[in-house]
Amino acid sequence: MTNHAYKAARFLKNEERATWHDKTLWMVRKKRDLMALDVPDWEELREQASQIKRHSLSKLDDYLVQFEEQAINNGAQVHWASTAGKLNEIVYQIIKENNASRIVKSKSMLTEECGLNPFLEKRGIEIIDTDLGERIIQLKREPPSHIVMPAIHIKKEEISELFHRELNSEEGNTDPTYLAATARLHLRQKFLEAEVAITGVNFAVAENGAVVVCTNEGNADMGVHAAPIQIHCMGIEKVIPRLSDLAVFTRLLARSATGQPITTYTSHYLNPKPGGQMHIIIVDNGRSELIGKEDYRDSLKCIRCGACMNTCPVYRRSGGHSYHYVIPGPIGSILAPHSNSKEFENLPFASSLCGSCSDVCPVKINIHGQLYRWRQDLSQQGARSPIKKGIMKVSGKILASDKMYDWSGKVARWCIKYLPRVLIYNRLNTWGRERELPEVPRESFKEWYNKNFREGNKNGQK
Amino acid sequence: MQIGLFIPCYIDQFYPKVGIATLELLEKLGLEVFYPSEQTCCGQPLANSGAEDKAIKTYNNFVRIFSKFDYIVSPSGSCVYHVRENYNVLPQTDEVRRVRQNTFELCEFIVDILKTDDLKIDFPHKVGVHQSCHGLRGLKLATPSELIVEHYSKVHRLLKKAKGIEIINLDREDECCGFGGTFSIFQPDISVKMGKDRLDDHRRNGAEVITATDMSCLMHLEGIARRQNREVRFLHIAEILNSNRL
Repeated sequence: MTNHAYKAARFLKNEERATWHDKTLWMVRKKRDLMALDVPDWEELREQASQIKRHSLSKLDDYLVQFEEQAINNGAQVHWASTAGKLNEIVYQIIKENNASRIVKSKSMLTEECGLNPFLEKRGIEIIDTDLGERIIQLKREPPSHIVMPAIHIKKEEISELFHRELNSEEGNTDPTYLAATARLHLRQKFLEAEVAITGVNFAVAENGAVVVCTNEGNADMGVHAAPIQIHCMGIEKVIPRLSDLAVFTRLLARSATGQPITTYTSHYLNPKPGGQMHIIIVDNGRSELIGKEDYRDSLKCIRCGACMNTCPVYRRSGGHSYHYVIPGPIGSILAPHSNSKEFENLPFASSLCGSCSDVCPVKINIHGQLYRWRQDLSQQGARSPIKKGIMKVSGKILASDKMYDWSGKVARWCIKYLPRVLIYNRLNTWGRERELPEVPRESFKEWYNKNFREGNKNGQK
Repeated sequence: MQIGLFIPCYIDQFYPKVGIATLELLEKLGLEVFYPSEQTCCGQPLANSGAEDKAIKTYNNFVRIFSKFDYIVSPSGSCVYHVRENYNVLPQTDEVRRVRQNTFELCEFIVDILKTDDLKIDFPHKVGVHQSCHGLRGLKLATPSELIVEHYSKVHRLLKKAKGIEIINLDREDECCGFGGTFSIFQPDISVKMGKDRLDDHRRNGAEVITATDMSCLMHLEGIARRQNREVRFLHIAEILNSNRL
């Protein structure tokens, strides 16, 4: 069994919970549908977003340099990090140079990808995730299971227990308002103490050097406004040419992500505060290599809305952790093999290839097409197990020869019909664990046809 | 107009009645139908498992066998989609291009090429339509629920003409059943859970018959239903459309 299959099976052991997880995310998908319906020319908007991203990616060198110039003019300090390790080092240097030790951070999948938290914690620095969902999983010492709703897999009763244990909240109080207030009080203290605020970046606007961050909780702003030093971490693919392009994405992002018309906060950070510092770290970490791969470069268009997860029938029933990569779900399954094709070779197979992900994607990434392509490429690279390799080789031979195909079909039908049930429904027959095999007909279509038509003039030979 | 009938491997082996219904229906519609008996499979089971390289010979056979026909018609959206979409890896000779362009799923062939939808059917049953993904999103047999475009469905158009039919509304109109080819074998737990959820939706909404353009989805759903001793009938769309008075 592949890794995802194994973890998915574990998740499904508690079927009631899996059903709850499925329904919760399906609700978000339905909210997305309603919001999209409300926008005239939604499909055109998607197309526009896709083209802006394609264009930006094709001229990244120009736009990134333009962005850097503008940002420097605005008073920001711009750093370039070619790898995850470099990003971590740069952040650490900034912290050390300023003798800081208390950090708050708003949501950033990039720093998750780069492992910034463990890197800093190892060096004795307190780093607090301030997004409520992120804080919950940080206290639980778990990775996010969703890129927009990182704690979507956790029930309020469990959060109540966790907060009671970690934040001294009232035992057994599962009222969401109470729990949110508890987190708020706790985080307020952290905001006030913080010396450095780190944020992710949703968009970087080349024409004015602005870093745009979208949140619902305002936690990025709380951090940035209170701490003297702000650090914004962005992947190179976040740059877009103009503010007018941004409007296309802000219309799509929250609608696709959570079914809201817009995120509560859409903050444009331009300058450091008086006496403060504003750092922008631009990270590559494999992205420029990805641009070079024609079949896959479109995955860099992703704006991290998570719509593909909410719609994915596999994700909804297997949970984000089953993907064992920092970004789960369909988009994660096409990004993961880039970072490590061996470790994540099973992920492109964790899909029924239904294609729903590609149809909800606000920037029109052909996700299921890339999953299919990855399957081929990974198999070529030797990802297939020897058993699977053998099966494929034999199957390829059988399907390429009508004689062998006819004979094999006959044998298979005979076996299902006449072998004792215990032999057919054995441990290796994963189909038969919870499903019956089809009832075997007296003859195949081909046999029927040849019997009834071969004698006549319709023998299939034109 | 000469039609090459393509009967996918699993239909050939396990559901000859679906092949027969397709053949009979096409003949009733006045078409000259040929079934080349050296056919095997479109190659999708290999390619979906990542073994496209092992499928090339099967692709080439398919093209060689079927390129002589005006149209190739098949009772499977998924296999047709595979030919149309994924035979792009072959050198695009005239034959390959022709086969890719002229291979049609049964319902879209009737609606788009024969330009008819009234097949004079009586079918007084409550029917749940399972919209198979490759037909739906790949061949665009209907509007997927994700897209915000004008609503249509070729399958529903054909079924709605049936006398006495009641097509039920589902809570989730086009969610995947979880078959997914070899996905059903390599990811059995998720696959079955998806199938159970689909079946529940149909049952909740009162389906007596569940139909689809793809027997593979129905094979999976029926396999679960039989294991759970559920009372519901599964019919391929060709079987319903062939129950006519043409």
